[in-house]
Amino acid sequence: MKEANQAVLMTGNQAVAWGARLARPGVVPVYPITPQTPVLEQMTAFQAQGEFDGEIIAPESEHSVMSACIPASLVGTRVFTATASQGLLLMHELLHYASGARAPIVMANVNRTVASPWAFWPDQTDSLAQRDTGWIQYYVESAQEALDTVVQAFRVAEQVLVPAMVNLDAFYISHAMEPVRVPDQALVDAYLPAFDPPHKLDTEHVESWGNVVTQDMYYRHRQALGEALARVPALTAQADREWAERTGRSHGVVERYRCEGASVVVVAMGSMCGTVREAVDQLRAAGQAVGLLKIRLFRPLPVAAIAEALSGVEQLVVLDRNYSPGHGGVLHQELRAALYGGAVAPRIHGLLAGVGGVNVSPRHIVDFVNQMRQAPVRAESQWVR
Amino acid sequence: MKMLSNTLPIAAAQQDPMLCSGHAACPGCIDALSVRHVLTVMGHDTMAVIPPSCMAIIAGPQPYSSLRIPVYQPTLESSAAAASGLRRALDAKGRHGTQVLVLAGDGGTYDIGFQCLSSAAERNEDFLYICLDNEGYMNTGAQKSSSTPHFARTGSTPAGKTSRKKNLTEIMAAHGVPYAATATAGYLPDLLRKVEKAKAMRGTRIITLLIPCMDGWGVADDAGLQTARYAVESGAFPLYEVEDGTRYTLNHTAKTRPIGDYLALQRRYRGLPAQEIATLQAEIDAGWEALCRRAGVGEAA
Repeated sequence: MKEANQAVLMTGNQAVAWGARLARPGVVPVYPITPQTPVLEQMTAFQAQGEFDGEIIAPESEHSVMSACIPASLVGTRVFTATASQGLLLMHELLHYASGARAPIVMANVNRTVASPWAFWPDQTDSLAQRDTGWIQYYVESAQEALDTVVQAFRVAEQVLVPAMVNLDAFYISHAMEPVRVPDQALVDAYLPAFDPPHKLDTEHVESWGNVVTQDMYYRHRQALGEALARVPALTAQADREWAERTGRSHGVVERYRCEGASVVVVAMGSMCGTVREAVDQLRAAGQAVGLLKIRLFRPLPVAAIAEALSGVEQLVVLDRNYSPGHGGVLHQELRAALYGGAVAPRIHGLLAGVGGVNVSPRHIVDFVNQMRQAPVRAESQWVR
Repeated sequence: MKMLSNTLPIAAAQQDPMLCSGHAACPGCIDALSVRHVLTVMGHDTMAVIPPSCMAIIAGPQPYSSLRIPVYQPTLESSAAAASGLRRALDAKGRHGTQVLVLAGDGGTYDIGFQCLSSAAERNEDFLYICLDNEGYMNTGAQKSSSTPHFARTGSTPAGKTSRKKNLTEIMAAHGVPYAATATAGYLPDLLRKVEKAKAMRGTRIITLLIPCMDGWGVADDAGLQTARYAVESGAFPLYEVEDGTRYTLNHTAKTRPIGDYLALQRRYRGLPAQEIATLQAEIDAGWEALCRRAGVGEAA
């Protein structure tokens, strides 16, 4: 399939839909919300063109979308959906339910500001506010990575029976067009085995889901969920490695960019990583030992991989395009907690940069790094722009 | 499971029980009795969706189940959405013959689950939805729902409910679904016929079963069926069917009791002033006449 291997221009949303199509989900419940809507429209277009034969359900809300996703997955069909912002928040109760039900749904979430006030800009508070729901969370930097990650997410989610969320920033990724290589269907079919969970809802082998449990059963259930999530960093690395063997593209669990001998490392997630690369290049050109650590897998937080990646680094500048009121930047506080008391103990500066979608240019990032180099470390995240 | 339409389902229920003994229902519970018969008609190639409700308790705690079919327990407000997902997944797997059966209470149907039920009905999703209507949140100790009738006392309406019962069957019929009906174990052959009829159809089918609740309504343990029959005979709960939103059939065409007979069986109406009984009677008479007009029944009894 020569055509499939040529790069074509598409948006991140289209790339997500291509990833979903290639994974051949049996059921796709989905509800429109800006800026996710083109994912929905691309899936329905694929179906109308006879290129996708899964069941698409268009209910009245995201809440019903996730409500439909869970038992569809428990029947033993592959399930995909996509949402953003308020839609993700409306699903919140069911996000817990999905991970508790061990339903390996894959969902793309377009990171958008949370109301009020109303806004439509890139901001990761929506998905970071779901960090305790038991979902695997990936954050992607490009349209190509969005496509690749949707496919990889199915592989990992189905291995551990835990749902996975693929997060892409509003507009920077969702609507910007980039060259994307769409892999052959045969390649994806060989990479992604058919979904056949050990337990399922089946009238020929009667099992039930959701009945009341004892304290002890609940305790063990949560423990088992934790054990499954603990396997995710290694499985993500393996899924990425095997994807690279087939496609030549690897995105890592975390990615170190020009971190060799770096004294300062900027840490970010999502589209801002591309901007940081520019800033790092400028700083390196000026003779400064600065690198980027991109966090691609955020839940479970790959603490070992992060500590290893930061070995020898003196200072971190964490850029948070999100805000947890009363707590600060989520990534900043997570990294402080993750590295506290460990062998790798850099000074950690947390910057609330880009909250609400305000522009963060390479110039800004160069300035932040230069300012933070001299600044005392503060526990609180700082507002910068 | 072999069951021809002319087999007596009551006998089949004894031969091949689909709701097993040892379940957690209260003594005399009409919920358990009704579901036992519904399941017998539906047969083994059925999956149940049971949201939090009395029926979820009756279904039993893990690792036990009183139902001999797979059960998925969704969140309280999402039964029809969950049933949609289940149905489509079965279709995606080619399991078109497997029936999806919702067994939800009135709180999960009239109130918190209503939005997704309306949406599923609009899409004409293929499942049978049984609303086990005991006219309140009985599993949490009897609080009012939008199915609770006018003047009934509940934990949240200690002075009596100030508004009328929502007419679910009319609302669902207005969606134009293939089948919307009422039934009750008080008229068991009618109930069994309706479940069989609905089972043979495709699309969204909804049957609301009146379930007198011993504890929540304050009726004697052995008076559930009598109470259900009085509800029908007084016209408080008419038995009827609506096909495709337009074709009405009134199944019990005589209204033979004053509402007072029905109220007298229940502690939730104890001490109701004569004026309020008269108001209730007038509301029931008006509803009955409207239903007779729709069903083309000449004279309102």
